[in-house]
Amino acid sequence: MMKDNVENKVGVDAMNVKFSARDVQVYYGDNHAIKDVNVDILDKTVTAFIGPSGCGKSTFLRSLNRMNDTIPICRVEGDILLDGEDINAPQVDPVQLRAKVGMVFQKPNPFPKSIYDNIAYGPRIHGLARNKAELDEIVEKSLRRGAIWDEVKDRLDAPGTGLSGGQQQRLCIARAVATEPEVLLMDEPCSALDPIATAQVEELIDELKASYSVVIVTHSMQQAARVSQKTAFFHLGNLVEYDDTTTIFTNPRDTRTESYITGRIG
Amino acid sequence: MNDPHIAKAFDRDLEAIQALVMKMGGLVEEAIREAAKSLKTRDTERAEKVRQGDRKIDELEDLINTQCAQLLAIRQPAATDLRTVLTVMKIAGNLERIGDYAKNIAKRTEVLSHMQPIEGASSAIRRMSKEVEAMLSDALDSYIRRDATVGEDVRHRDLEVDQMYNALFREFLTFMMEDPRNITACMHLHFIAKNIERMGDHVTSIADQVIYLSTGQFPDDQRPKDNQSIYKVEGFEEADE
Ligand SMILES: Nc1ncnc2c1ncn2[C@@H]1O[C@H](COP(=O)(O)OP(=O)(O)O)[C@@H](O)[C@H]1O
Ligand SMILES: [Mg+2]
Repeated sequence: MMKDNVENKVGVDAMNVKFSARDVQVYYGDNHAIKDVNVDILDKTVTAFIGPSGCGKSTFLRSLNRMNDTIPICRVEGDILLDGEDINAPQVDPVQLRAKVGMVFQKPNPFPKSIYDNIAYGPRIHGLARNKAELDEIVEKSLRRGAIWDEVKDRLDAPGTGLSGGQQQRLCIARAVATEPEVLLMDEPCSALDPIATAQVEELIDELKASYSVVIVTHSMQQAARVSQKTAFFHLGNLVEYDDTTTIFTNPRDTRTESYITGRIG
Repeated sequence: MNDPHIAKAFDRDLEAIQALVMKMGGLVEEAIREAAKSLKTRDTERAEKVRQGDRKIDELEDLINTQCAQLLAIRQPAATDLRTVLTVMKIAGNLERIGDYAKNIAKRTEVLSHMQPIEGASSAIRRMSKEVEAMLSDALDSYIRRDATVGEDVRHRDLEVDQMYNALFREFLTFMMEDPRNITACMHLHFIAKNIERMGDHVTSIADQVIYLSTGQFPDDQRPKDNQSIYKVEGFEEADE
């Protein structure tokens, strides 16, 4: 019954590792926002990033698909390996990388276009469809994966911005999966949604983990506990604790983690 | 984790349910003591008070369960907070059972008071009950101090209680064989001894909860068992766990 509490379970199952971060530092000018982070993120698993505001969750998440490249003062050091390949190597095209490592943001941000075009955009620019029939197929498949097909199939020409907040977020998830990514990064995807829409997105996340590695930043402890199998707790730019979600929420090793998840001042 | 919660009401709620468990523990310790004393002094009035007092113990368990359910629903506790709520509920259940055993002793005391006393029995039972009462008191203290080491100690002392039970069992058997007129009284006394032995098991379970609360893990070894017991009686082996 006694479970061995191994040191930060890095490299638990080498076969299953999607992302490997080694000694990762992120700076915004002089601000050292991510300090010495080492972590293995698993495939077909939902990993939650939790921690107080400003601890670096979004910064680290953005470093996984090089979104930080778009911030001029931002500098990333260390190695981030996706399937063993360095994503920051010169030959890697960030646009291709982002097709492989999709991202969903806090505020649903559909393009001001039709529902159909919102989904078709990515596959078009990445040349994933040879003709209209193939594109139709991708659009339907993606909307189904986004668990929104039944709600929009009769109005694919309507603007995506006309959907409810929860529908927009599922549309954005459908858009992210349309380019056949391997990883989905989600930064507080439910914080603008009501409880029902949140439950629908959580249910979708649970389905997505069969096909993808999903990383979700969330402010809701309950959400992290509900949707994830692994949880990483960040504090002041450090990855303090990374373990099975059940362990983090029943018996965390670090007092900083415990203070945070139990709502203590600490 | 002694830091206060940001939500002060959370701290108050957690403290309140723990205070209720301690109150319940105090009543149960008293019930054990009073039941054994009433047996020793053949005091039926005292025994009746123990029987009446069990209602209060049952009510406290209900109250604790209700408050724990509310706290789970409203606060969604995690880590130490979660373990506190879980162990409080379990311990309240153990205390309620111990209370029932004390009540049963009191019932039998009333029956026994009309019978010829069995020499030495009530003193031996009182010694046994004193040990269990002390174990309970130590287990509850260690709960408040979140001290896992006492848990280990309690588990060992429970072995001695088992041995006392086995010794008494053998003694009663002898009395009954010597004079069949002793059978009714000895059967009651045997059930009383058995009740106290079961109380010891519940105290051990409380000690396990203290270990879980303070370490996050249950003791994984089986309770140490005395297999070489010289008191073994064919077909009536030592106390079950
Ligand atoms: N675009 C940016 N430019 C400059 N500093 C930033 C930027 N984004 C984040 N930071 C800084 O990096 C630190 C981590 O922020 P962030 O990753 O957004 O934290 P979290 O997502 O955990 O709330 C903070 O000190 C924040 O001020
Ligand atoms: Mg953020």
